[in-house]
Amino acid sequence: MNPGIGMKTVQEILVNVDKCTGCRACEMACSAFHSNPQFSSINPAKARIHVVSNELTDEYVPIFAGNHTRSGCDGRHVYTIDGKTYSECSFCRASCPTRENFIEPDSGLALKCDMCESTPPLKQPWCVEVCGEHALVYSEREVEREEPARAAPGQLEVGLQALMKQHGMEAVIARLKDIGKEK
Amino acid sequence: MRYAETGFNLEIDLTLGTVERVETELDLAGSYLGGQGSAAKLLWERVPPETDPFSPDNLLIFSTGLLHGTPLPACNRTVVNTFSPQTNLMSHSLFGGFFGPELKYAGYDKIVIRGKATDLVYLYINNDKVEIRDATHLRGKGCTETGDLLKKELKDQRIQVAAIGLAGENRVYMASIDHNHASAARGVGVIMGDKRLKAIAVRGTKAVNVARPAELFEMSQRIHQKMAGSSGCGDWMAVDEDDSFHHNHFAWGNARTRRPGYWNKELQDRWTNLKYDNMDRQTGCYNCPKKCRNVIKMPGQQRFGYKCFGKDTYHMAAFLELDFSYEILGIAQEYGVDSYSTPQVMAFALELLDAGILQDKDFPEMPEDVRGRFFYLLEKIVRREGIGDILADSVSQAARRIGNGAEAYDHNTTKKFEQLPIKLGKLNPAYFLMIATGEKMSITQIEGSFPQDPLPTEEQRQEFVNKWEAVPDEKFKDYFLNWKKRSDISDEATCDIVDWNEAMHYIDDSLGFCGFVSSFRGQFGGDVPYHMNNIPEAIALATGVAMDKPKLWKNFQRIRTLIRAVNVRRGLRRKDERPPEDHWAVRDEQYEQELLSKYYAFKGWNSEGIPTRQTLESLDLAYVADDLEQRGILDPADGGPR
Ligand code: SF4
Ligand code: SF4
Ligand code: SF4
Repeated sequence: MNPGIGMKTVQEILVNVDKCTGCRACEMACSAFHSNPQFSSINPAKARIHVVSNELTDEYVPIFAGNHTRSGCDGRHVYTIDGKTYSECSFCRASCPTRENFIEPDSGLALKCDMCESTPPLKQPWCVEVCGEHALVYSEREVEREEPARAAPGQLEVGLQALMKQHGMEAVIARLKDIGKEK
Repeated sequence: MRYAETGFNLEIDLTLGTVERVETELDLAGSYLGGQGSAAKLLWERVPPETDPFSPDNLLIFSTGLLHGTPLPACNRTVVNTFSPQTNLMSHSLFGGFFGPELKYAGYDKIVIRGKATDLVYLYINNDKVEIRDATHLRGKGCTETGDLLKKELKDQRIQVAAIGLAGENRVYMASIDHNHASAARGVGVIMGDKRLKAIAVRGTKAVNVARPAELFEMSQRIHQKMAGSSGCGDWMAVDEDDSFHHNHFAWGNARTRRPGYWNKELQDRWTNLKYDNMDRQTGCYNCPKKCRNVIKMPGQQRFGYKCFGKDTYHMAAFLELDFSYEILGIAQEYGVDSYSTPQVMAFALELLDAGILQDKDFPEMPEDVRGRFFYLLEKIVRREGIGDILADSVSQAARRIGNGAEAYDHNTTKKFEQLPIKLGKLNPAYFLMIATGEKMSITQIEGSFPQDPLPTEEQRQEFVNKWEAVPDEKFKDYFLNWKKRSDISDEATCDIVDWNEAMHYIDDSLGFCGFVSSFRGQFGGDVPYHMNNIPEAIALATGVAMDKPKLWKNFQRIRTLIRAVNVRRGLRRKDERPPEDHWAVRDEQYEQELLSKYYAFKGWNSEGIPTRQTLESLDLAYVADDLEQRGILDPADGGPR
C-alpha cells in the first residue's frame, strides 16, 4: 500500500483474549522468523510476543514487546475484568528489569515487536498467520499524517528544575558529568 | 551441531542427591528415534529384569520426543516410562501441554531419575541450573496447586510443572502425573511418589536448531493450516455433543451393564447446556491449532480441564449423569488419579459390597447414596485409609488381596491393567489382537489408523480410499474396498492392519506427536495430517538424518520389538495375552489361538511371543538375542523357548 501525501499506514494487531487457547504457536513462529538464518532455530524466550497464561485463573493474554525501560515498576496494578482477576503484569508491553519477558536471553538486550518488518513485506505478521483461532487479527488502515510534534518548549527546563529542587544543583550537574563520561 | 535433539540427558540420582548432564551417543541412523524408543533402550540396558518397581534401581524417565521444539505443530507429548508395580511390566504414558518442549529449550532430551529421596523433593531445572530442592512444604498439595505454588515461589509464571498429588505421594497405583490439565497415568505417578519426587519444574530459554530451516518451516505451516481447517484431526468429542456412542455402547458400573438406547435428545440438550454454561474456554497444547481441552468452572468448585472419554468415566461407573463427573473431576484431578482406571476400582468395590464379599464394616461411615459413596472411596483411596489401602493397588491386585471370590469381579483387566469398559457381541479379530498383544496397556495406545468399521456401500468405500493419503501401502486400500462385514476379513489383512495401527503409535510416541493428529485419529475419517508418507520427510528436514518410509518402518519394528523383549525378560508370555473373558459375548477359543499364533509368526516371534534371534538380528538387536539366550529365555538351538 502506498500512502498518499499526508497519509500513513497504521498496522494493527487486534487481540481477542477470549479466543486465545494458550497454544503459543505465535511465540514459536515469531522466534523462528527472527532467528538467523531465518527459521533455523526456535526459542520462545526470544519471541516478541508472550502469552501470559495461568490455567488456574483462566488467564490467556498475548502481549507484544513494546518499549524498553531501564527501571521496573514499584507500584503494580491488578485488573479485574468481568469478575476475572489478571496477574499484575498482564497488560504491560514493556521489557523491564522487573520481569524476564522480552529480554533476549543470550545478550540481555531488549526485544521489541517490529511487526515482522521485511522486504518484500509479508501479507501479515507471523504470529497472526499461525493463530488458528484468530485470537490475533491483522489490519491496516490509513490515517492522516500528523504534523511532527514540536518539542514542547520548556519541557527540559521543567524537568531539570524539578530535579534541582529535589537534589540540589551541584548534585544534578555532577551526575550529568558522570553520565557523560560513562557514555 | 545436533539438530532437533539437544544431545544431552539429565541424570538425577535422588538417593545420592546428584545431578549430571550427560552427552548422549550420536545416533545418525536414528535407530531408536527419541521419546519412548530411546527410553526403552535405557530401561533395557540399565534396569535388570529382577528389579522390583519399588526398588531405588528402577528408573523413571521423562522423555521429549525427537521432534519436540521444532516448528512442527502438535508435537508436544511428553513420554514417561518406568516399571509399574501394577503390571510388573514397562509403563508407558504420555501427557500433552508444554512440558516436553520447555525441557528441550532448557537443553535436555530426557530426565533419567534413579534412587529415592528420603522425603519429598522437587527438581528445579532452569537451563544449566539444576537443583534437587526440598518439597516438604508441598506435601498434600494438589497437582495444579503445586504448579501454581512453584511458579510463585520461583517467581516465574513461564515455568512448566509436572507434579503428583496426594495419590502419588501415597503410592496409589492409579496415581497420575499432572501438568496443565493434562495427565500421564498407567503406572508412572506411583513410582514418582515412591521416589519421593513431588514435582519437576522446568524453564528453558535456549534454542532448538533444525537442519533445513526454510523447508521445515514451510512444511510445518502447510500441516498447521491443514490441521486448523480440518475436522479430521483433534478431539471431536470436544465439539460433538452427541455422545451416544459411549453411553449406549460402553458398559456402565464395574464394566458390567450396557444401556443401549440410553441417549436421547432431552439429555443431550441438558448436558450441552451444563457444559457451555460452565465452560471458560477450550485450550490447546503447545504449538497446535486445535483446542481439545474443555476447561470447566462450576460455581464454588475447583476449575478443571478434560479431554475425550475422560468426561464420561466417573458418571458411567456410578450410574449417574454428567453433573457428577463435573463435580468429582476437579477434585480427582488435584489428588492426581487416573480418570480411566480409578472409577472402575470404585465400582468394583461397591459391587463386592453388594455381593457380600466386602461388608459394611469395611466401609465405616460410608454415605448411602452413590454420589457420596464415590467421594468417600476417592478419599479412602488417595489416603490409603482402611479399604482404600487395598483398593489403591488397582482392581486386579486388590481382588487377589481380598480373595474370597473377589477375583471373579476382576473381569475387565488384561495384564492386570483396567481396560476400557467395552463389552460387545461378536469377536472383532483386529481388536482381539490389539488388546491381547498391546503392551501399552490401553487399546487407545494401539488402535487408530485403520477404520473401526467398514462403510456400507462400494461408492462410499471408493470415495474414502480415493482421498486416503495416510496409507503406508496400497494393500490397505484393497483391504478396505473389499471389507463389508466387520468380522469378515482375512487373517493376513488383520495382521497387517494391527501392525500399521501399532506402527503409528510407536512412531508418534518416539517423535512426540499427539495421537489426535496422527496415530489415534485416522480410524475416524482417515484424514490425518501426519502419516507414514510425510513423517520421514519431517524427520529428515528437522534432524538432517536421511530418512525414508522403509527405514522409519524398520525403526518402528526395532522399538516395538525391543519393548516386547524388555517385557519378555520380566516374564511376559503367551498366557498373559488375553482380552477380558467377557469382552465379547461369543468367543471362539480355537480361532483366537490360531490368530494369535499367526500374528506372532507375522511379527517374527516364537510360539510364546518371544522375538526370535533371526528377528532380533534383522533389527540390529543381536545384543537382545544374546541376553535372552544367556538367561535361558531363548534357546540358541532353535530360537524357541527352552
Ligand atoms: S508482529 Fe512479528 S515481530 Fe511482532 S510479535 Fe508478531 S511475529 Fe513477532
Ligand atoms: S497463536 Fe493465537 S491462540 Fe495460540 S497462544 Fe497465540 S494468540 Fe493464543
Ligand atoms: S490435537 Fe488437541 S490434544 Fe493434540 S496437541 Fe492439539 S490441542 Fe493438544
